[in-house]
Amino acid sequence: MNYTVDSPKETKKEKLLNYSTQFNKEVVLDVKNLSIFYGNKEAVKRANMGIEKNAVTALIGPSGCGKSTFIRSINRMNDLIPSSRAEGEIIYDGINILRSDVNVVALRAEIGMVFQKPNPFPKSIYNNITHALKYNGQKNKQALDQIVEESLRKAALWDEVKDRLHQSALSLSGGQQQRLCIARTLAMEPRILLLDEPASALDPVSNAKIEELILQLKEDYSIVIVTHNMSQASRVSDKTAFFFNGDVVEYDDTKKIFTNPSETKTEEYISGRFG
Amino acid sequence: MVAREQFSADLEAIQKSIISFAFEVDTALKQAIDALYERNSDLAYRVIENDEILNKRDQDINEATIQLIAMQQPVATDLRRLVAFLRVSTDLERMADHAKNIAKSVNRLNVLSPYEIPLAIRDMQEVVSKMIHSAIQAFEEEDISKAKKLADLDNVVDSMYGELFRDMLDERKAEAGKHQQMMQLVFVGRFVERIGDHITNIGEGILYLVKGTSIDLNK
Repeated sequence: MNYTVDSPKETKKEKLLNYSTQFNKEVVLDVKNLSIFYGNKEAVKRANMGIEKNAVTALIGPSGCGKSTFIRSINRMNDLIPSSRAEGEIIYDGINILRSDVNVVALRAEIGMVFQKPNPFPKSIYNNITHALKYNGQKNKQALDQIVEESLRKAALWDEVKDRLHQSALSLSGGQQQRLCIARTLAMEPRILLLDEPASALDPVSNAKIEELILQLKEDYSIVIVTHNMSQASRVSDKTAFFFNGDVVEYDDTKKIFTNPSETKTEEYISGRFG
Repeated sequence: MVAREQFSADLEAIQKSIISFAFEVDTALKQAIDALYERNSDLAYRVIENDEILNKRDQDINEATIQLIAMQQPVATDLRRLVAFLRVSTDLERMADHAKNIAKSVNRLNVLSPYEIPLAIRDMQEVVSKMIHSAIQAFEEEDISKAKKLADLDNVVDSMYGELFRDMLDERKAEAGKHQQMMQLVFVGRFVERIGDHITNIGEGILYLVKGTSIDLNK
């Protein structure tokens, strides 16, 4: 696929319309009336959200509110659940990625995902990164070496592992394993990173490193993160969406959400006064 | 909305101590003005000494508030409420300083030859005391319409001070040799007027707490 997300036409339109701060950045993913069903249960209800380019968007809300379902739909992970069904559109690069003719493998290279629990392959650090590349036909040792170094540097892991690239990835600490999973995703040269609670299984130091990394990565990528940690959402994200019972209750600048949210439900949730 | 009962109780405890702090500041102001009219140096000294206790109130409120911010990591209204606590407490502390300054002026006046104290100063203090009580109510009830009205009363105090100042200038012509007394009385008027400004700031703090926006009421 040949992607050109930032069509100049859009930029001009934004200027012409003099969009408010809510839309002051380019939208990389435009979610329109997205509903996701598991059987008869509507887990996400007609969600609308413009996810900004080179920004961090945090999805917050209590367990079972639909945020993980939402993030998983962005790279079609819900396809793996037989009873699931999606309605509406997620426009990426002018294409509705929910269309049945979208090449899901290519899509997942563009929109990479990292999960809550680090899940490196039981292989060397080096091979964790090169596995998918080799599978895709990249055999050139020099090119692979370069991608390994670049990805590990971007994931802020290079200095810690450069002398032991051929040791097992499982010898790394949890935080290092998680950064390796991020490096592995970055090796595919994605445009968007989806992080589903990437730091919740980590100690505070590893957690801080991941947060630091997220802030660095947004220079080059657009990031969507699900987190249960309110302070993490407020520290790393530019935009925050609050989900409740499958609805996007409020979606706004993070500083607005955490200082003066518009919805009472949001206020109750972020203040820990739910129920 | 029942969760975080301990946090809510802690917030309420700080709110209560700010309210009693405000009543103490009002008492200090009244005593300083009583001392002025009664030429009562003992009472003036008590006000001066008592200021240390009021400073301590401010420190305690600051400490408790900062501790809650650190331990509870509040957001949204909770955070704004705690920031408002810090702002209100600082203003109360400055108001107490002005009451102390009035008491100091009383002591300076009491070593000079007696001079008739203009009734306008008592009138100013009464309006300011009324402002303190309205501010306490607005703070307790988080009532922004009461908070906004503080600015109207402050305008009254400002014009009363302007009048006092002009009267003093006129009298100065009449009573040569009493300019030290007159200076001190203008200072006293000025201190009372400044207390009014701080109460208006408290009104702004309440508006910030409730609405999340900063509005200048001192215009």
